[in-house]
Amino acid sequence: MIKILKVAYKNLLRKKTRSGLTIIGIGLAAWVLVSLLGFNKGYESSLNRDIDNLGFQMIVTAKGCPYEAATLMLKGGTGLRYMPGSITEQIAKEPEVEAVTSMLMQAVFDPNKGESGGYSAYLGVDPATFPQMKSFLEFKQGAWFTDPDAMEAVLGYEAAELEQREVGDLLLIADKEVAVKVVGILKRTGTQDDGTIFLPLRSVQKIFGAKDELTGVGIKVKKEADMPQFEEKMYKLPDVQVVSLSQVKQTIMTLVSTAKVMVFSIALIAILISVVGVINTILMSVMERFQEIGILKSMGATAWDVFTLIWVETLILCISGGMIGATLALATAKLTEVLVRQLLPYAPSGGLVQIDLSLIALTLGVVILIGLLSGVYPSWKAGRVRPLDAIRSQVE
Amino acid sequence: MTANSQKVIEATHLVKIYRRGSEEIPAVNDISLSIQAGEFVSFVGPSGSGKTTLINILGCLDNPTSGKLVLAGRTVVENGAALSEAKLTKIRREIFGYIFQKFYLIPTLTVIENVMLPFTFYEKPGAKKEVERILNLMEIDHRKDHLPGQISGGEMQRVAIARALVNRPQIVLADEPTGNLDTRRSQEIGILLQQLNQQEGLTIILVTHNPALARMAHRTVELKDGKIYSPVYTQDGQA
Repeated sequence: MIKILKVAYKNLLRKKTRSGLTIIGIGLAAWVLVSLLGFNKGYESSLNRDIDNLGFQMIVTAKGCPYEAATLMLKGGTGLRYMPGSITEQIAKEPEVEAVTSMLMQAVFDPNKGESGGYSAYLGVDPATFPQMKSFLEFKQGAWFTDPDAMEAVLGYEAAELEQREVGDLLLIADKEVAVKVVGILKRTGTQDDGTIFLPLRSVQKIFGAKDELTGVGIKVKKEADMPQFEEKMYKLPDVQVVSLSQVKQTIMTLVSTAKVMVFSIALIAILISVVGVINTILMSVMERFQEIGILKSMGATAWDVFTLIWVETLILCISGGMIGATLALATAKLTEVLVRQLLPYAPSGGLVQIDLSLIALTLGVVILIGLLSGVYPSWKAGRVRPLDAIRSQVE
Repeated sequence: MTANSQKVIEATHLVKIYRRGSEEIPAVNDISLSIQAGEFVSFVGPSGSGKTTLINILGCLDNPTSGKLVLAGRTVVENGAALSEAKLTKIRREIFGYIFQKFYLIPTLTVIENVMLPFTFYEKPGAKKEVERILNLMEIDHRKDHLPGQISGGEMQRVAIARALVNRPQIVLADEPTGNLDTRRSQEIGILLQQLNQQEGLTIILVTHNPALARMAHRTVELKDGKIYSPVYTQDGQA
């Protein structure tokens, strides 16, 4: 027997262009929604992964701008000020501390880098403590340097690609006329480490004339330690700034919140427009079929039957649009990621837009809900059509 | 005449008044009539005589302002008060089949799908067989997979009649069923209604402007100004 779904589907075919445009409208709204939710999920998980991959939960830097400190932790960059090397020992004495590692970040403008030159960042790390703290790093070639005074370097995956170096090659530090030997190349991590050039701390201090100076101390805190209390304690150290992971995360999330609000607003507007579009389409369809609906009721269709028929038509539009939007979002996830990266003040490495089945199901759920709500008025109006009203319109 | 003595419609003092501002227009003015089961009755009269309003009331599509209406032994209207919409819907579904001047076929549904349309909303045992039988009876079974746009006007009206018959109604109400058809097709539809009356035993109530079609009925009731205009003619032309 012919069922309501089939009749509703065939009714929509009567105005193919109008139905198609409505579906496209819903599809666009669903596309924005899926992409936005995917970004929301992807950004946070990528940020968490970046932070986890730091190997430490807290960093102490010389007093300065907190945003720069956050950038230092995640992206590389030179600190405004230096701290004395003795601070590492001082921090290591605290009972909450499991391990510490000293770091000195230096950057040099290299006129031969890229088309118009660029900065090369060198991170001086302690060969005795840094590799232990970053034990998850794997090597594509070679291994860590072991001599604290060696003129050797370990390149991140992308740094090696950019510099086109392999283990055994020499790497010239621009402006300093110093060559270091590449002893290791890391596998891709998907984090900022991929673009970093690691050197022994003492070598960087020597090359850049920053003896006994540090830009940061990474701290691995014991699991049972009271983080806020320890943070307070660190703040008591003179002229230092403490950046914990939660602070970094919060700082970055604050920076991106403006962009998120903007995108959420666009999504909301897109959804509202599509709701109005659906109501308009279905309402027009009801008006055009006024007589026909009356005839259906004269055949014995109840108000609820007609309401259901029109509601099913609305749902078909919304579900079709939702599925098209979800497919579009999946197909264009990479493109969305490129666009979003350009918009954001800070974008973590790795996938920024993560679209999975649960997210698609959620979006379809939202779209169905929108369909159900936007279909109520036209369906109710259709259900109230009196058979006589239809018949009267053809009275002699 | 094949009508049996059972009354399927019994209307007493039916009045329908439309109000336009302070003006009252009596579209149906104190009409009493009864129709026997299996009877073929035609209503004729000039435009505005109230014939469509009357069959709308008889077919439970409109409520009278006052009067009483009994359908197949069930009182539907008493002193102008009708049953609930849900009950009226049930009566429409069980007792009536409606045929209109316009065919109201859904253009994207095939002939068979249009005929089966009433069963979208309710199920009836043996419905599929009945659909096939009716399509055969209407001589449109060879067109069952065609869309309405692919068949002639006469065939479209046959489809509309088939759709009115699939729920096995007791009474068929046909309001100007040939208004959109030429003389030959009108004649064919008239003969078809006559056959349905004689072979299927259906009670047919026909509203028409076409005198030739009206003459096919057992009884012709002429209306004027909302009243039955005597005399009432029988099929043999006698008053």
